Amino acid sequence: MTLPKVTDLTAWTMTPQLLLSCVVVLLGFALLGAAIGRRRSASPLVYSGCALVSALLLANALGALLLAAPPRTAWLAMGLPWIGAHFRLDGLSAVFLVIINLGALAASLYAIGCGRHETAPHRVLPFFPAFLAGMNLVVLADDAFTFLVSWEFMSLVSWALVLTHHRERENTRAGYVYILMASFGTLALLLGFGLLAGPDGGYAFASMREHPPTPMIASAALALVLMGAGSKAGLAPLHVWLPLAHPAAPSHVSALMSGVMTKVAVYVFIRFAFDLLGPPQWWWGGIVLFVGGVTSILGVLFALMQHDLKRLLAYHTVENIGIIYIGLGLALAFQANGMGLAAALALTAALFHVLNHSLFKTLLFFGAGAVLTATGERDMEHLGGLIHRMPWTAGLFLTGAAAISALPPLNGFASEWLTLQAVLLSPELPQWALKLLIPAVGGLLALSAALAAACFVKAFGVTFLGRPRSPAAANAHEVELWSLTSMGALALLCFAFGVLPGAAIDAIGPVVESAVGARMPAQLAIPWLSIVPVAESRSSYNGLLVFGFIITSTLLVVLAIHRFASHRLRRVPAWDCGFPDPSPATQYTAESFAQPLRRVFGTRLMQAREAVHMPSPGDQSPARLTVDLRDLVWDGLYAPISGAVGYAADRLNRLQFLTVRRYLGLVFFALVSLLLVLAIWG
Amino acid sequence: MGIITALTTQFAQMLLVLLLAPLFTGLVRKLKARLLRRQGPPLIQPYRDLARLLQKEVALAENASWLFRASPYLIFSATWVAASLVPTFATGLMFSWSADLIAIIALLGSARFFLALAGMDVGTSFGGIGSSRESMIASLAEPAMIMIVFTLALVAGSTQLSTMADIMRAPELGLRVSLGLALVALILVALAENARIPVDNPATHLELTMVHEAMVLEYSGRHLALIEFASSLKLLLYVSLIACVFVPWGLAPAGAEPAEYWRGAGLYAGKLVIAGVALALFESSIAKMRVFRLADFLGAALMLGLLGTLLLFVARSL
Repeated sequence: MTLPKVTDLTAWTMTPQLLLSCVVVLLGFALLGAAIGRRRSASPLVYSGCALVSALLLANALGALLLAAPPRTAWLAMGLPWIGAHFRLDGLSAVFLVIINLGALAASLYAIGCGRHETAPHRVLPFFPAFLAGMNLVVLADDAFTFLVSWEFMSLVSWALVLTHHRERENTRAGYVYILMASFGTLALLLGFGLLAGPDGGYAFASMREHPPTPMIASAALALVLMGAGSKAGLAPLHVWLPLAHPAAPSHVSALMSGVMTKVAVYVFIRFAFDLLGPPQWWWGGIVLFVGGVTSILGVLFALMQHDLKRLLAYHTVENIGIIYIGLGLALAFQANGMGLAAALALTAALFHVLNHSLFKTLLFFGAGAVLTATGERDMEHLGGLIHRMPWTAGLFLTGAAAISALPPLNGFASEWLTLQAVLLSPELPQWALKLLIPAVGGLLALSAALAAACFVKAFGVTFLGRPRSPAAANAHEVELWSLTSMGALALLCFAFGVLPGAAIDAIGPVVESAVGARMPAQLAIPWLSIVPVAESRSSYNGLLVFGFIITSTLLVVLAIHRFASHRLRRVPAWDCGFPDPSPATQYTAESFAQPLRRVFGTRLMQAREAVHMPSPGDQSPARLTVDLRDLVWDGLYAPISGAVGYAADRLNRLQFLTVRRYLGLVFFALVSLLLVLAIWG
Repeated sequence: MGIITALTTQFAQMLLVLLLAPLFTGLVRKLKARLLRRQGPPLIQPYRDLARLLQKEVALAENASWLFRASPYLIFSATWVAASLVPTFATGLMFSWSADLIAIIALLGSARFFLALAGMDVGTSFGGIGSSRESMIASLAEPAMIMIVFTLALVAGSTQLSTMADIMRAPELGLRVSLGLALVALILVALAENARIPVDNPATHLELTMVHEAMVLEYSGRHLALIEFASSLKLLLYVSLIACVFVPWGLAPAGAEPAEYWRGAGLYAGKLVIAGVALALFESSIAKMRVFRLADFLGAALMLGLLGTLLLFVARSL
């Protein structure tokens, strides 16, 4: 008996066939969840199964990515009879499979712990594995039909998960808005594929690649994809559903929707813009940059105004998607002008940020979920002081918060630093519009990073620090070990990619090369493991050394203090300038923390209005401060559309109460007019 | 041999900023007092203050968490690392490439992140007010700083401070409008970041307008010493930064003779004195601003930075 050689091993691992079998197993778990969902034992069983399958998928995708395996395809006799179902595993899909299954693995482990507190497990267990299967299928699909079916499957299953607690009014509204936006997105993608396939109906991606569309058609398709994928990713102004729907789902699902499903949408955009549409036009980059910049600043400003912890995180997803699209827009602009290396830098930055955001956003949602499990509260105004009762969750949430605020030496800083370096290469671009746009977008990028830090000081400070604002927060307990382990692993990865960004950059190098024709120089070969985007004299960053310096100097300081300073310490009541107030209500709240920023940024953008209602003298009732915020996107775009639809529906309602005679007349009239159209244009 | 010299210079720089920071703070205090016709504290008063605080007992609030106790160490070490990475008397030090200007700004951002969290930890209203206002100031000052970095980086073709200093020193550079805008913006940001008048008053206590002091109100003993030391270091960092980018003359290049290092150090001391006089004059001649006018103050810095960058973007094709 001989051991199988490595080549034999790669013959069946890292193939779409194996990945598809895993997907089938996931669907099996979905059926199992539907069958035994109400039993107590069902939840650990389904989640551990999902964790195992995700780990297998993750290993295969990681193998395919690191070995830079050539693309492999699979064909199944399913779907439309004349094309069947095509699947393909290439570098780009491998990157996103890694992201999806890393998130899925973490979420499954987390749910083994916190999932057992779910009040309606039979509404989660059937859909959770199906949701994982749907996301994997979207990334593997290699023809328009398979793609759209998987995409719609993913949307519908996640919609079902949003409606887990469907008796709450807010969730019902969230589900309604989500299904509308998801249908709109699918429609846009459907039309986009229609344009690419052309009248001959070449639905397979391979035939689209062979016959790139004319620039005119490509531009129209790009606009449709920007809308279709953008509505799922949360690009402004199509983001309105996201902060409603993501927090409504159970926390581990929120984490997947925010951390991973938005990335599937980014994948779709990259697949179109860098693979199927042929050579880009320079102004595509401009549009994407503009949309990305606006999205990032809108997202972070709205996040600052929230006091629901999960909704705040969801708005931050909008912000980070904006940052990712800024990177993608830069890559498109550089590539259209033949600046391969700069395009590679920008695309690497975007892909690296995709990975980083999936890590820390999943971690943060798990933290919010742990708080929700422990206290039953999502509203920060009822929390506080949790660092004493949930020290592990607090520490891990803090790591995620520091990472998303782009603080060195964590991973969020590494990818935003790369994006800024890409911005600095852009004066070489010849187009005037881009010359004026890019500095402004760079400013927006810096502004949103600074505001994100402010927002996470607020989120962490109000939730975990200070004194408890409610009995629930005062009596919280730490969550299960499974959940903590999952969060700990994610925090460790945030740290690892922060000090060794070169590993991630090198891993996505071949993918970037196949997308834009160039790649960043290999980073792991550089001495001291620094990252150097272009040249060392130009810019370099070494997370490892920065971390080493911080640790060394902290140790030095601790030693010096220990040696020379007084060790005495006395616990005393808080000083508070001599006027401590025993009531926790006198602490700063989320609302009051954001007040200065609301006054600076909100008076125009959100029409923020504050009004103080003082009771008349002698009246015992308390004075009240009310704040009125408006979402101009909702008021200016969605409210008119929804009004128009409502108006039209009212008018058309009359058609439901006609006599048979009139219906027949209508049918006849429609037939005649269609025939007329055919006769004239046919 | 080369490595040993390089390491020594690097450590010399780390020690130098550590030793000079309280002295510079003392210098500014003394000059301000003299301008007000007061005798003022001696120059070494900040060292005495630090030594006294280190010997004192820590009075820790009852509900302070581990974060409150760990933050002073983190704040101090992040600020110290950042200050050691800015060239003072020599460029091209051994580890100067490990973080560029953007990373230095972000390191200061980390220090501030933990300071603001520490302000909220005990759960007092003063701590909250300080953190909230500091976050507002930071969210305007940081993007302004990044725009300044853009301007400098586009002129120098690099975000590395050592390269920047070398290019700024070159005679062919000449005067540029963008650099002037960046200098003004950088001074505005430096005033805001270091809680100087007109943004905040470093000498205040028990005022509703205080920002930095409100955050550190609950600190005492060795913790307070570390935080005070970190703010001195930060002030020195910004002065070194302005000196390194806008008056880079006298900085010793990598691998220079010892004499050049000494000359660089002497010139650096001269630059510090000039900066101290300028800061004291400025602070004595201006009143503190209302908190909500700060947005205009820092907005001006942001716009100047943006204008500088835009000019450079546009000028490339002319």
